[in-house]
Amino acid sequence: MSETSESLVVAPVSPGRAKFLRFLIRDAGVLLALVLITLFFSLTAPYFATPGNALKIFVQIAINTVLAAGMTFVILTGGIDLSVGSVLALCTVVGATVMIDESLSPAVAITLALLACMATGAACGFLNGWISTRWKIPSFIVTLGMLNMAAGAARVVSDNSTITGLPQSFVDFGNLIIGGFLPSIFLVAVLVIAAGWFVLRFTVFGRMIFAVGTNDEAVRLSGHNPDFYKVAAFTISGLTAGIAAMVYLLRLNIGSPIAGVGYELNAIAAVIIGGTSLSGGKGSIIGTLVGACILQVLSTGLQLLGVGDNFKPIVIGLVIVLAVILDAYRERLLRRIR
Amino acid sequence: MDDVILSLEGVGKIFLGVVALSDVSLSIARGETHIVLGENGAGKSTLIKLLAGIYQPDTGAIAFNGQSYQPKTPHDAQLSGIRIVHQELNLLPYLSIAENLMLENLPRRAFGIVDRQALNRRAVALLKEVGLDVDPRTRVEALGVAQMQLVEIAKALSYDSKLLVLDEPTATLTPPEIGRLFAIIKRLKARGVTIIYISHRLHEVFEIGDRVTILRNGRLVATRDLHGLSVPDIVRMMIGRDIADEFGFDTSIVPGKVALSVTNLKRDAATPEISFNVRHGEILGVAGLVGSGRTEAMRALFGADPKLDGVVEIDGKPVAITAPKDAVRHGLSLLTEDRKGQGLLLDLAVDKNITITDLGKVSRHGLVNRRAEAGAANDLIGQLRVKASSIEQAVRNLSGGNQQKVVLAKWLFRGTSTLILDEPTRGVDIGARREIYQLLWMLAAAQKGIIMVSSDLPELMGMCHRIIVFSRNKIVGEVPRAEFDQERILSLAYQEYVRP
Repeated sequence: MSETSESLVVAPVSPGRAKFLRFLIRDAGVLLALVLITLFFSLTAPYFATPGNALKIFVQIAINTVLAAGMTFVILTGGIDLSVGSVLALCTVVGATVMIDESLSPAVAITLALLACMATGAACGFLNGWISTRWKIPSFIVTLGMLNMAAGAARVVSDNSTITGLPQSFVDFGNLIIGGFLPSIFLVAVLVIAAGWFVLRFTVFGRMIFAVGTNDEAVRLSGHNPDFYKVAAFTISGLTAGIAAMVYLLRLNIGSPIAGVGYELNAIAAVIIGGTSLSGGKGSIIGTLVGACILQVLSTGLQLLGVGDNFKPIVIGLVIVLAVILDAYRERLLRRIR
Repeated sequence: MDDVILSLEGVGKIFLGVVALSDVSLSIARGETHIVLGENGAGKSTLIKLLAGIYQPDTGAIAFNGQSYQPKTPHDAQLSGIRIVHQELNLLPYLSIAENLMLENLPRRAFGIVDRQALNRRAVALLKEVGLDVDPRTRVEALGVAQMQLVEIAKALSYDSKLLVLDEPTATLTPPEIGRLFAIIKRLKARGVTIIYISHRLHEVFEIGDRVTILRNGRLVATRDLHGLSVPDIVRMMIGRDIADEFGFDTSIVPGKVALSVTNLKRDAATPEISFNVRHGEILGVAGLVGSGRTEAMRALFGADPKLDGVVEIDGKPVAITAPKDAVRHGLSLLTEDRKGQGLLLDLAVDKNITITDLGKVSRHGLVNRRAEAGAANDLIGQLRVKASSIEQAVRNLSGGNQQKVVLAKWLFRGTSTLILDEPTRGVDIGARREIYQLLWMLAAAQKGIIMVSSDLPELMGMCHRIIVFSRNKIVGEVPRAEFDQERILSLAYQEYVRP
C-alpha cells in the first residue's frame, strides 16, 4: 500500500477540478509552450510573423507530422520505431517508380502509387511488429535492423538513382494552396492526425493501445492478445511512413533512396515533446501535432534570428531534453491529482 | 515515559488539498516495539515516508534523540540512524547479498577496488545476526521473499540503526517464516533497538508489541499498552465499529455440480501431476507455503504460463486453454497475487480498468460508448462499494482494498462462472477484506465456483468448504470443512519439505 495511502480522501479535489487540472498539466502545457515560442519569435525574429512564413512552416511540418502520427501509436504501446525514415525512402522510390509508368493514365498511376506506398510501408511496419513480438526482441533493435534493410531496398529498387518525372497533375496538387492559406500537403497531415485522434479516442482499438502500453501483462491476463495490438501499432507506423512518402513526393517531386535520413528522430522528438510518455500508455496525438509545430517553429525562428546552422541543432536538442524533464515533473504532478 | 527516542508533535501532511495525516502527536520510548495499525489509507504510509525523509511534514515537528529531525532525503534519515524496511523491498536482484548489504559503504582497498574479503566477512556477521544461513555471495534474485526481507533487516543493522521501521514485513511470509522473523525482532529489541512495526495482521502484533498506536483517516485514534487489549478492541478503534463475525460462513449454500475440473495437470517435466475440482457454489481453499506451486498451478490452468499436459473440463466438457484469452472465453477469471503488476492498469481510470475484460459490451461497431461504459462502471463500483472520487480516477491513487475491488469488478463485468483468486486479501485492510469475503459469499450463492489461494490459514478455514494443500508442487491432501484443523493443514503443507 506504500504509495497509495497518502492520497486518502478526506477533502478530495472535486472531479471537475481534478479534470481541469489534468487537462492543464497534460495537454495545455505543450500548447502554451507553442504559443509562447511563437510569440517570442514574432517579436524578435524579422519576417517571422508574416503570412508567407506561416505557410512555409505548414508546408515544412507536413512530412514529420504524418510520420509522428504513426510513431505515436508505437510509442503509446511502449515501443519505438527507428525505421520510418528509411521506410519512407523505400516508399518514395516505389511510389515514384509506379507513378512514372507511362502505360498508365495519371489518375490510375497516382492511385496505384498511393496504394503501393501504403502497402510497402505497412508491410515493413508489420514485419517490425511481428518480429519483435514473435521473438520478444526489443523494438529498438528490430527497427534498427529495418532501418538498414529498407535503406538498402530503396537503393535496389531505384538502382541507386533519383527518380523524377512525376505526372504534372500530381506535382500541381502538391503545390496547391487551398484558399490561399492551407497547403494541400498540410491538409493531408491534418487529416492523418484527425484519423489518429479519432481512432485513439473513440474506438475499442484505441483503448486497447493505451491499455497495452500501460500494462501488457494485465491486458493479457484479462483475456486479450497484447501482441496483436503491438503489431498493429507498428503496421500503422509503417502505413503512415508510406503516406509520408507520398507527401514527400508531393513536396519534392522526386523519389530518392537517400530521402528521410534522420526523419525518425524528428518524429520521435515531436511525439515526446507532445507529451507522450516513452514508457507507453500515456499521451495524445494532438500533443504530437503540437510537438511537430514546436520543432518547426523553433527551427524556422532560430534561422530567422540568424542563429547559424551549427548552433540550431544544439538549441533544438536542448528543447527535446527539456521536454522529457518536464514530462517527468508532469507525471509526478498528475499522480497527486485524484 | 522515561526515555523518548522519537516524538511527533502535531504532525500533518496535505497533498493538493487532500489531508493524508492530521495533527498526529506520538512518543516512542527507547527500546520499545511500537505497533502502528490502521486500515489502508489511514495514514500509516505517509507517516513512514515522513520518517524516511521521502516527504516533509506541512505542520508540526518531529524530534529524534532529543534533536529536531528534519530529513530532506532518505539518506539524511539513514545518517540520523533511522532505517526503514519498506514493504516493497529495495534490493538489487543481480548483485550479491554482501554487495546489497554494504552498497552504500563498500569496503575498499587502494584505487577504489572493492575489498571482497572484508565485504564477505562483514556480511557473514550481519547475516548471522538475523539468522540467515546463506552464502553472502549468493545473488539476491535467487532468494525467497522471506530471505530478502531478512537481508533488508540485516542491511538496516549494518548502519547501526537506532530506530528500525518495518512496514508490513509479514505480508508475504508464511507462518514459520513469521515465527523466525519475530524471534529476530525480539533479539533486536533485547539489543536495545527501537522498532516501529506496521501491520495489517492483528493477531500477530500481540506477540511482539509493547504499545500500539491506531490511525484512522489520517488521525491518531489512540496509543495504548497492548497488554490488556483484545483484537475486537483494536478493530473497533481501527474501523470505528464492531466486526462481530469476520467471516460469516454461510451453511445454507450447498455446492452443486462440478464447475471446473483439472486432471493430471503437468506444468513441466520436473513437477508432478495435479488434479482437483471445484463445484458450483463452492469455495475451494488452496493452502500451502509460498513457493509450493499454488500460484504456478493456477497460472498454468488459466493459460498464463505454458503447461505440458493435463485436461481441464468446464461443466464436464473438456476445453483447450493455451492462453488466458481461452480461459476467459470459457468463463474463468483470475485475480492474480500481484495486483499492481498483473491485475491493473494503474495509470488508467477506474472505468477503463473495469471494462477491459469485455469492451464489446459497451461498444458498437468498434466505437466505445462512453455513456454505457460509465453506467456499467458506476453500477459496479456502487455494488462493490469502491471508494473512489469518481470513475475517472486513476486506479493508482486508490487504496489496496479498493484496487482489489476494481479487479473483482472487472471480472464481474465480464461475467464469470469460476473465479480463481490468488491472495485476494493481501495488503487489503480489514474493512475492505470483510466486504470481499461477503462478495465471495454472494458469488458462491449465485452458484459460481470459487478457488481461493491464500497464505492466511484462518482466512481459508473461515471461508472455504474444502481446502486442498500444496507441498512442493504436489497436492498432498484435501481437508473437508468438518475436519479443518490448523495443525493438520500446516503439517500437510510441510510434508514434502521435511522428507529427505
